[in-house]
Amino acid sequence: MLSEYAGVLVILGIAVVLTGAMLTVHLLLGPRRQFPEKQEPFECGERQIVSPHQRFSVKFYLVAILFILFDVEAVFLYPWGALFRDLGWFGFIEMFAFITVLGVGLAYAWLKGALEW
Amino acid sequence: MDLEVLLKTLFIILVVVGAFAPVITWVERKQSAVMQDRIGANRADIAGITVLGLFHPLADVIKLLSKEDVVPEGAHRGMHLVAPLVAAIPAIIAFAVIPYGSSYRFGEDTLSLVVADIDWGLLYVFAIGSIATYGTVMAGWASNNNWSLLGALRASAQMISYEVTMGLSVVGVFMVFQTLRLTDMAHAQDTTFRLLGFLEWGGLVESLPAWLDWIRIPKWGIVLQPLGFIMFLTASMAENKRPPFDNPEAESELVAGYFTEYSGMRFGLFYMSEFIEVVVIGGLVTAIFLGGWAIPFVSQEAFIGGLGGVLGEGFATLLCMVAHVVSFFAKVVVMIYVQMLLRWTLPRFRYDQVMDLCWKILLPLSLANILVTGLVLLLVEGGAA
Repeated sequence: MLSEYAGVLVILGIAVVLTGAMLTVHLLLGPRRQFPEKQEPFECGERQIVSPHQRFSVKFYLVAILFILFDVEAVFLYPWGALFRDLGWFGFIEMFAFITVLGVGLAYAWLKGALEW
Repeated sequence: MDLEVLLKTLFIILVVVGAFAPVITWVERKQSAVMQDRIGANRADIAGITVLGLFHPLADVIKLLSKEDVVPEGAHRGMHLVAPLVAAIPAIIAFAVIPYGSSYRFGEDTLSLVVADIDWGLLYVFAIGSIATYGTVMAGWASNNNWSLLGALRASAQMISYEVTMGLSVVGVFMVFQTLRLTDMAHAQDTTFRLLGFLEWGGLVESLPAWLDWIRIPKWGIVLQPLGFIMFLTASMAENKRPPFDNPEAESELVAGYFTEYSGMRFGLFYMSEFIEVVVIGGLVTAIFLGGWAIPFVSQEAFIGGLGGVLGEGFATLLCMVAHVVSFFAKVVVMIYVQMLLRWTLPRFRYDQVMDLCWKILLPLSLANILVTGLVLLLVEGGAA
């Protein structure tokens, strides 16, 4: 049973080695001439006057919350989809109600302006 | 057994990372040149031989490897180093579950051309795909740069939004094929059905004339779920942050977005992961919607059965395997070409348009698609069950 995951481990190992080797070769081959001006964060030639580590728009949190809601719902839909034929009309009506609730939630978020940018 | 897994993995990595990804960087330049009436990359040469500029990817790698590794002041060094790895590794390992050939019987042994045949295969791809989001966000956060942070914020919101629609747009496919395993999905598509057969199932017509049996279409996902195909392709292109959805790295607004502060191979890994993801999307779309390795109108049994008598079972199976792998990668190339075509045809969307497309158009559409698919399946086939 676990043997089907062997491939995942193998490809993960190869990917890690491959990308790690790329970075290592780069570190070894690249020159190293550092001076303060070069190490400044890029700001179109200006000194950085605003630190990036500060507050940003709450919209991104809203999107993240909506994402969690809808992604969890999507995960509920997966096994139902895979078993759709076995469940028949009963499953369809159950899921119809579920998707309706989901749709009402989406409509609510929409009307509240959570989807406006 | 273990050697077999290793060989299959090496094959797919060699093809995708070693051949497809570099060639795509060349194709992209050449295609943009063709579409904009330019000549395009043609200078890199080895001893005077240029082969249409095909050495450019090689020159790129050498250049990227020999550049200085600049880490900006105030950056979080650890995260800055790990971020490109977190972006690139998921792109590579997503290919583990995509079947690039059927399973073949050689005497006692069975050879199945997929690295890991997991029964929740598609869910694995989505799970791995969402890890790549972390790479982007980490890169933007660790760089200590305003442009990077803005790019990372855009990328995070865009990627998680499109993950939802990407996941929901394929539920219809699960309902049709009754599986999440990509190998089973490809097998289910290795057949054809009668063009107007649904009239008979639906009880609209008593029986169809016999000659209609000859008009058949491949039972591919794109035929059964055309809307799902369009939505999945759109969502996965947005997930990959390539134009027309390249707001996170919009050059004209954010310098280079989340990888502004990356140089050399660290940047190269971001660049590479983007191109590998183009191949992954091509492979996924092929496996789910375009019949995977299937050759249209010639099923595996028909191929081996038809040629087996002439060439012998073993050789016919081998030939079938080669034909399937070629068929799979031919379809992948077509899907990559479609992505390139879209990339150079459409201008970049505004960010509010990107989010509107996701939440206000694709999400309701994909939910409606699920319900309509369920209704049609039950009405057409439910009478028998």
